Amino acid sequence: MPRKLIGHCIALAVTLLTLSLPVMANDGIDTRINEAVKPFADTVATLVFVSFPVAGVQIPFVLVWLIFAATLFTFYFRFINFRAFRHGFQLVRGDYNDPTSAGEVTHFQALATALSGTVGLGNIAGVAVAVSLGGPGATFWMILAGLLGMSSKFVECTLGVKYRNEYTDGTVSGGPMYYLSKGLAERSPKLKTLGKVLAVLFAVFCIGGSFGGGNMFQANQSFVQLVSVTGGESSWLADKGWLFGLVIAVLVGLVVIGGIQSIAKVTSKIVPLMAVIYVTAGLVIVFMNLAEVPTAFMAIFTGAFSAEGISGGVIGVLFQGFKRASFSNEAGIGSAAIAHSAVKTNRPVTEGFVALYEPFVDTVVVCTITALVIVITGTWNPSVDPSQGVALTSMAFESSISWFPWVLTVAVVLFAFSTMISWSYYGLKAWTYLFGESMITDVVYKLLFLFFIVVGSSMQLGSVIDFSDAMIFAMAFPNILGIYFLLPVVKKELDEYWADYKAGKLKKFGKAANRA
Amino acid sequence: MSEKLLVGIDCSNCSNRALQYASGRAENTQIPLLVVHVIDWSPFSFNTPQENEERHKRREAELQRAHTEIIDPLVSALREKGIAAEGVIRHGHPAETLNAVAQELDATNIIIGKTGSSRIKSQLFGSVANTLVQISKVPVTVVP
Repeated sequence: MPRKLIGHCIALAVTLLTLSLPVMANDGIDTRINEAVKPFADTVATLVFVSFPVAGVQIPFVLVWLIFAATLFTFYFRFINFRAFRHGFQLVRGDYNDPTSAGEVTHFQALATALSGTVGLGNIAGVAVAVSLGGPGATFWMILAGLLGMSSKFVECTLGVKYRNEYTDGTVSGGPMYYLSKGLAERSPKLKTLGKVLAVLFAVFCIGGSFGGGNMFQANQSFVQLVSVTGGESSWLADKGWLFGLVIAVLVGLVVIGGIQSIAKVTSKIVPLMAVIYVTAGLVIVFMNLAEVPTAFMAIFTGAFSAEGISGGVIGVLFQGFKRASFSNEAGIGSAAIAHSAVKTNRPVTEGFVALYEPFVDTVVVCTITALVIVITGTWNPSVDPSQGVALTSMAFESSISWFPWVLTVAVVLFAFSTMISWSYYGLKAWTYLFGESMITDVVYKLLFLFFIVVGSSMQLGSVIDFSDAMIFAMAFPNILGIYFLLPVVKKELDEYWADYKAGKLKKFGKAANRA
Repeated sequence: MSEKLLVGIDCSNCSNRALQYASGRAENTQIPLLVVHVIDWSPFSFNTPQENEERHKRREAELQRAHTEIIDPLVSALREKGIAAEGVIRHGHPAETLNAVAQELDATNIIIGKTGSSRIKSQLFGSVANTLVQISKVPVTVVP
C-alpha cells in the first residue's frame, strides 16, 4: 500500500474520531440525542406518514400518493412497463451503442450504477418484515407494486436525462432538482416559482434521506447482522459499533473524499456478484423444497385476497406488500433519476426504457426470491420485531444452507457500502444544488456524511432512523407533484421516439445490426 | 481490392516489433498503413455515480493522452519515411475493436505483436492475438 494512502487513512480516521468522540465518551448520550431530536423527528414523521383509516388499517397518505402515481403513469403511457420491456433489454444489451461514442457511459453502466444504490437492505430485511406481518399474500402485492413502479421510474429517468445540466468541462449533473426547476419553468412562466420551491424542498429532503435511510440505517443494520453472525451478545464486536462505523467511514471516505476509486471499483464488481449469489442461493433453496412450491404459490395467491388472521385483512396485506416494495425500489422517490442522468444519449426516453429494469430486478426478482425462501421454509413469524428483518431472512436461508448467514453477512455489508456510496452522491448533488459547488461545501457535506456513518452504527437512535425514513419518503411529494406537470413532455418524447422505433429509423450497430 | 495494412499498437514501445514489421512492408510499396490504438474499455462495467459523472471528461483526457503520447509521434515518424500512415484511437475490447476497425476501414491485413503472456494465463484469460485470429475476416500477422 502506498505511503500516501496510509497517510490519508490515518488523517481521516483521526478527524472522524475527534468528531465523534463526544458522542462515544458518554454512554448516555444516544438517549440524550434521541430525546433532543424526538419532538422534531416525530413531527416530521407524523407529517410525512399522516395516515387515514381504511377498513381498520392506518394507511399512510404517502403510500397512496406513490401507488396512485405509479398506476396513473402506467395507464397514461399505455403500459409502457410491458410495452417497452423488450426494447429496454436491447438498449441495455448495447444493440444501439454507436461505436464512435465507445468510452462514454452506456445504458448498462447507468442502470448498474442505479441498481447498486437500490439493491440493498430493503430487499433482505424489508421483505422479511412484509411477509411476517402481511403473510405470504404480501408477496403478490409487492410484485404488483414493483411492476407499477417501473412506470414511475420510466418517467423520472426520462426527465432526469432531458433536463440534466451539461457543463463545459464535460461533466453532467441531473436529477429531480433540475427537472423540477428547469422543466416547470419551461412549461409556463407561472410555474417557475413553484418549480423552484419543489426543487429546493426535494434537495432538502434528499440530504436528509442521504444521512438517514441511505446511510445510518444501512450502517446500523449491517452492524446488527455482523454482530449476530459472530455470536450475538457474546460477540467481541457487540459493543464496538463505533469501531465498525469508523472502519466503514474511513473506507467510504477514501472513495468519496480521497478519490481512491480502486476501492469503489472492487466493491462495484463484488456487489453484483453477491446479488447473483444471493438469488442463486434462493433458487437452490426453492429447488431443494420443490414439493413445497405449489403450496407456497397457493398461499401467496389466496393470501393476497383472503387474509385470515392478518391484522387489517386484505387491506393490511396489501399495505405491507406495497410499503416494502416502495421502500426497496424507491420508484417515485426521485433518487434514481440522479444516477441515470449520466448516460450518453441524445434521446432521453431511452434511459427511461432502461430504468424499467430497476424495479423489475430489485422488486420482481430479488424481493420475490427473498419472499419465496421465507414462505417455503415457513420461517415467517407474525410477531417479528420490524428491526429484526435481516435476522429473519438469515434464519430462513440457514434452515436450508447452514453456512449461508456468513455469506449473507458479507452481502449485507457490501450492499450497505455500495448503497452508502450511491446515497453520498445523491446527497452531495442535492447539497451542491442548494449551496453551490465549491471545495469547501463539498468537503463539509462529505465529512458530515462520514460522521453519520459512525453515529448510525454506534447508537440505537430509533427516532433518528424514523426521521430518515420519513425524509426519503418526503422526497416523493415534490417529485411526483412536479412530474404531473411534466407528463406531456415525456409523452411527446415517447411518441416521437416510438414512431421512429416502429418505422425502423433507429440505427443498430455491430452484431445487432445483422441480427435485425 | 488494394492492400491496406492495420497495425495494433499497445503502448509507445511494447509493440515496436509489430510496428517495425508493418512499416518495413509499407515502406517503398505505397501500401497505406493504419496505426490503431485501443483503450481497453467495456460497455458492461460497473461504475460509481461519480465515475459516470466524469466519464465524458475522462474519455476526452484518455483520447488526448493516446494522441500526444502514442499515436501522433508514431504517425509523424512514419510519414517522414514516406509512408501513408493514419492514426486511429478507439475505446473497447482490444481484439474486437481491432477487428471492427479493420472491417470499417477496409484493411486487408492485421498486424499485431505478441503480448508474451504465459501459456496458462492466455488459456485462462485469452489473449488479444488468439481472439483476433479466431474472429478476424482478414489475415492476421502475429509478430513474435
